Amino acid sequence: MKKQHWKAFVDWVNGTAPERAPAAMPELPAKREKSPRTKPDEARRVRVFSRIYRITSLVVCLSVVCVLLYTLFHLPLFGAEDNPAVNEVVERYVEQGLAETGAVNMVTGMILDYRAFDTFGESSVLFLAISCVMMLLLKDQNNTTAADTLQLQRERETEREISDPILKKVVSVVFPCILLFGIYVVLNGHLSPGGGFSGGAVMGAGLILYSAAYGMDAVSRFFTLKTFRTLTTTALLCYALSKAYSFFTGANDLPSGIPLGIPGAILSSGLILVLNICVGLIVACTMYGFYILFTKGEF
Amino acid sequence: MLPFYYNIPFICIFLCMIGGIVMPLQKSGKRSVRWTEVICFVVFGLFAALCLILTAQGESFSYKMGHFPAPWGNELFVGPLDAMLCALFALVLGLSLLGGEVTMHADILPQKQSFYCTMMCMTLASLLALTTTNDMFTGYVFMEISTLAACAIVMAKDTGEMVAATIRYLILSLLGSGLFLIGLAMLYCITGHLLMPQLLQRILLLSESGTYHIPLTVVCGLMALGLGIKSSMFPFYAWLPPAHGGATTGASAVLSGLVLKGYIVFLIRIFYRVFSISVVRSLNVTDILFVFGILGMILGSVMAIREEHSKRMLAYSSVAQIGYIFMGLGLGTDVGVMAAFFQIMAHAVTKPLLFLCVGRLSELRHHEKDFALLRGSAHEDKMAGVGFTVGGLSMVGIPLLTGFTAKLFFADAAMGGSVKMWAALLALALSSVLNARYYIPAMFAIWAKPEAGQPDKNMQANRGFTVAAVILTACVVLLGTAAVPVVRIIQLELSML
Repeated sequence: MKKQHWKAFVDWVNGTAPERAPAAMPELPAKREKSPRTKPDEARRVRVFSRIYRITSLVVCLSVVCVLLYTLFHLPLFGAEDNPAVNEVVERYVEQGLAETGAVNMVTGMILDYRAFDTFGESSVLFLAISCVMMLLLKDQNNTTAADTLQLQRERETEREISDPILKKVVSVVFPCILLFGIYVVLNGHLSPGGGFSGGAVMGAGLILYSAAYGMDAVSRFFTLKTFRTLTTTALLCYALSKAYSFFTGANDLPSGIPLGIPGAILSSGLILVLNICVGLIVACTMYGFYILFTKGEF
Repeated sequence: MLPFYYNIPFICIFLCMIGGIVMPLQKSGKRSVRWTEVICFVVFGLFAALCLILTAQGESFSYKMGHFPAPWGNELFVGPLDAMLCALFALVLGLSLLGGEVTMHADILPQKQSFYCTMMCMTLASLLALTTTNDMFTGYVFMEISTLAACAIVMAKDTGEMVAATIRYLILSLLGSGLFLIGLAMLYCITGHLLMPQLLQRILLLSESGTYHIPLTVVCGLMALGLGIKSSMFPFYAWLPPAHGGATTGASAVLSGLVLKGYIVFLIRIFYRVFSISVVRSLNVTDILFVFGILGMILGSVMAIREEHSKRMLAYSSVAQIGYIFMGLGLGTDVGVMAAFFQIMAHAVTKPLLFLCVGRLSELRHHEKDFALLRGSAHEDKMAGVGFTVGGLSMVGIPLLTGFTAKLFFADAAMGGSVKMWAALLALALSSVLNARYYIPAMFAIWAKPEAGQPDKNMQANRGFTVAAVILTACVVLLGTAAVPVVRIIQLELSML
């Protein structure tokens, strides 16, 4: 027995045992002959397995939920005076935030000046997400067949034939307002609630609505793949370069030479306005990009 | 005025990110790969210089990202070990791209190659940031970047099988991120800080006074669990083999060799700079990691033995090697962590070498991946054969190679503990035997006598691969024979943390 194994091993090492791979082949039909008997057995096993799987996952999830809830009762009270989160960090953000960042909106001051590196990372996450989706869904020979193209063409034709006058009329009134409101939220990010992320989301939603009402080709007339690429890249690059300058001067204790302006004025708070515009553009493009890539696969 | 070299980590992170941002504008895949390699080697050079300076002066520094100091703004913290790890990561990433280039052109559509390079740049940026950050939330953000970029480079091959593997990877990876984020939120609730030095102060106070003991335990557990899932700690490895085994060669090398390590380095950083290792030990988190590590070392190898597909075998072997790292971490001592760091570096050079060599060999055999079809292929590209042999022997633990040195450090670290010592030593021995059980036959298979009459001579030589394989093989030997300076650097940093 042992010798046989050894010989098989030696043969395999020398490559003189070609029986191995083909030997597995003829076994397959033999197994298939048995299939009427084994099939229900296999099905039963799968059923049992999936039942056990479900029960186990339920137990695991519930126990995690219980642990987390139990922990929750041991956390400090939210808003209590002796809450550990009430400390010198928050104090400085609230009391000196206006003087140090020039932003009336404290949250904006915090995310775009005190902790701007994190926000740069977050914007890059958006950029990465849209790049992933483009990598996966942008039409190419791997993911699109002729039938798909035909189907899409037919859908577009029906879209053109069936015009929806009510929707179009409403959108023609609402769309400019939404876009304007989005721009307002972005530009006022350092003065009032809002900022790049929320304003960008509003603008992106406006574009999606417009494209839903007037058909995708209507947006494609002014928003092509090239525009999209240039916009996102320029915006993110602008963010990266301006923040790199600010980090470099900050870390080396050099004067940055960027005026903070008068708090409350639209042109104030140094780089924050520029950064908000960049973030707004990235978010708007990403939202619309997701929509168009998932529906059409191209711009 | 700071000395200029303090700016190096910041410059490198921004260089990678800006490179990643502009890469999609590049139409030609070839040129974007070239640019990415240039970025990698520049980063390698800068960090290597930084490592030498910091080691010579025995210093570490924190660098504020912006105008605001520690508890208010973001910060980086860099010591000699961090600089060395960053340099190694950049070098290996550049070499993986170089060595996997031919396969990449075959696997990825030309118009999508520049996106692939974007993802590689971002992967490097996230690795650098995870290794150097002094801020927990920055760490989380870059974990996300790393996750997305890693999923994208798995997906780049764009076959149905790979999309399925990516979905699995994405779901488990996001589960890990989610658990980590819950832990981070709770940590903020009980301490009110996000920067590591302040967190450490608060946590030492909390553990002394015994307040918030339960949340502290849960936080530590959640963070270890979240990062463990992302770095395929033993019971959570299910996503790894299909993702790493199926991706294009360069991507597999980067994923197995580097991406997993980024999370582990961040975890060790958290253990040392946020919780302090004594608190982690008192919370018993290290014991759990130890058990998972031991299980991974053995069962990862057992699964690798049953695998015929060459790249999936290497992927299962990664599960085992990650088990070593968690075992060292689970010892909960400085020596154990030192061994873990050494293993991180050893595996970061060995596994990419193995992946590149297998990729090259299968390139010679029309991209077939089963060992049965790779028989004798080493004769067609000697360097690939030599690289695989050296890498495999290193994994088995043959002296003079880095795998042996790593195992030696683990054995040394395990000495002294009573139960853990026996468990660790037995696991090391068993795992070495199991490693030999699948690497040695694989070596025999690729060096088997070539079948007469079909040497395919029109196969082009792959110069990029040869350069990459030679450098990585040299690294494997160098790390194995001249481990002392590396160990000095690790000890220097551990004494400063």
